[in-house]
Amino acid sequence: MSVLLIAEHNNKDLRPFTLNAATAASQIDTDVHAVIIGQNSETAAKKLSELSVVKKVISIEAPHYENFTAENFAPAIVKLAENYSHIVCSANTFGKNLMPRVAAHLDTSQVSDIIKVISPDTFLRPIYAGNAFATVKTNDLKKCITIRPTSFEPCESSGGTATIEKGEAVEEFSNTKFIKREEVKSDRPELGTARIVVSGGRGMQSGDNFKLITEVADKLGAAIGASRAAVDAGYISNDHQVGQTGKVVVPDLYIAIGISGAIQHLAGMKESKVIVAINKDGEAPIFSVADYGLEADLFEAIPQFMEELNKLNTIQK
Amino acid sequence: MKILVAVKRVIDYNVQIRVKEDGSGVVTDNVKMSTNPPDDNAIEEAVKIKEAGKATEIVAITVGEDKAQETVRKALAVGADKGIHVKTEGVLEPLAVSKIIQKIVEKEKPDLVFMGKQAIDDDCNQTGQMLSALLNWPQATFASNIEVKDNSLEVTREIDEGLETVEINIPAIVTCDLRLNEPRYASLPNIMKAKKKPIEEINVSDLGIDITPRVQQLKVEEPPKRKAGIKVANVAELVQKLKNEAKVL
Repeated sequence: MSVLLIAEHNNKDLRPFTLNAATAASQIDTDVHAVIIGQNSETAAKKLSELSVVKKVISIEAPHYENFTAENFAPAIVKLAENYSHIVCSANTFGKNLMPRVAAHLDTSQVSDIIKVISPDTFLRPIYAGNAFATVKTNDLKKCITIRPTSFEPCESSGGTATIEKGEAVEEFSNTKFIKREEVKSDRPELGTARIVVSGGRGMQSGDNFKLITEVADKLGAAIGASRAAVDAGYISNDHQVGQTGKVVVPDLYIAIGISGAIQHLAGMKESKVIVAINKDGEAPIFSVADYGLEADLFEAIPQFMEELNKLNTIQK
Repeated sequence: MKILVAVKRVIDYNVQIRVKEDGSGVVTDNVKMSTNPPDDNAIEEAVKIKEAGKATEIVAITVGEDKAQETVRKALAVGADKGIHVKTEGVLEPLAVSKIIQKIVEKEKPDLVFMGKQAIDDDCNQTGQMLSALLNWPQATFASNIEVKDNSLEVTREIDEGLETVEINIPAIVTCDLRLNEPRYASLPNIMKAKKKPIEEINVSDLGIDITPRVQQLKVEEPPKRKAGIKVANVAELVQKLKNEAKVL
């Protein structure tokens, strides 16, 4: 049977991790169908139909789908489920919120946050904040899987010529009302997909000092990350948090500044290709995962770092 | 208003996890156990709502082996009024836990169910949403702020893009983020008082639900280790290494 991919989008564009989830779906079975639920989402549906691995798109539209509430989405997906062996989406806040609701309706034990498809029923997933990897086999007939987007490459965004079919909307769930969404707009690369991430921790000492991180990030064309300590202290907003309960990032270069490296933070960044740690405490656990550690006062090191970067003729972006 | 709060006993968040040599799981013998951290936030929030005069009773529930009861006792010490311990042995999946709590909800008839957004052991992040589906109640996951209104809650949710606010009609489920509040410590007098509060013990077999695991854990292994890095002497050396050795600049 085929795999049903749940597309994440904003009614205009696909959210980037839909492409990573599409790759994972295609590793389970090559017959990938994708459902897009929204309102006035034709452009996003069109883009979905162009993904290289997608064979068919089902577009479901209704006013109550405009804000992506799980209570409204889940019954629509459940209605489609009989034709599919697997239902797949990203393990970001969209998928985490939605998929268990689908799985419970289908009486299926969900497999969360997989990092590898071993076979159509067997998957690798991190547990204990990535301090152990579990190989799990699901015996449920219908399999609900969320995938860790950074563990799968995005599929090609063009080349596909899937047909777009209309799907049927389900009655509105009236006990949940969407009020507002406060998105932090930024010209920077998205934290989850950036090539370079510069992160600050409690060592930054204030929100004002975070502008030092911003300067480095600007220079490198990087996204800005933060430890939970820095977010809790109010230095920066929650959407920057990297870690077990924040975002998982796998950039080519991760620069941790003033971050001690609690297990929970390491869970969100230790798969990065190159890790730099700048911290004045030489015993800080962050150094245990750093390829390059610099034991220094960050308030001296960052200006020097900027100076050295300015000396470089070119910086890859 | 009555609030049911679900708590789970997990390996303490400060413990360095060790994988068993035979690949059957992680070492839990003689390891410090605690309440799952965001479950502490769930209890705290319920107690705050009661202190504000907007709730009349808090029931703490846990599902698991005998020792899991410690987490309920701790919740009682912080301010829950009574406890429920559904006794089980062996592996429990979130689907099974949500079916168990569903049974308890039908019996206790709470107006709200709170729990942590995720357990830090299996990192599944499922139980609240599943329970919500089974009950066909609204859900507000990853809550970082809750305002109690007349017949609803206004909840701020932490999402990847920033923050989202939803209004959910009661009865409802909320899963709590660590930023929701600052959990208090139980005072010694309250710990003593909690020993006298009632904990109802229920055998899972009496609930008449099938909790057989659907997912087999074939193997647990250590994640690949990073090769040891180096310490650089100064910023100039760092930038030189990043440029010429790692080739990332």
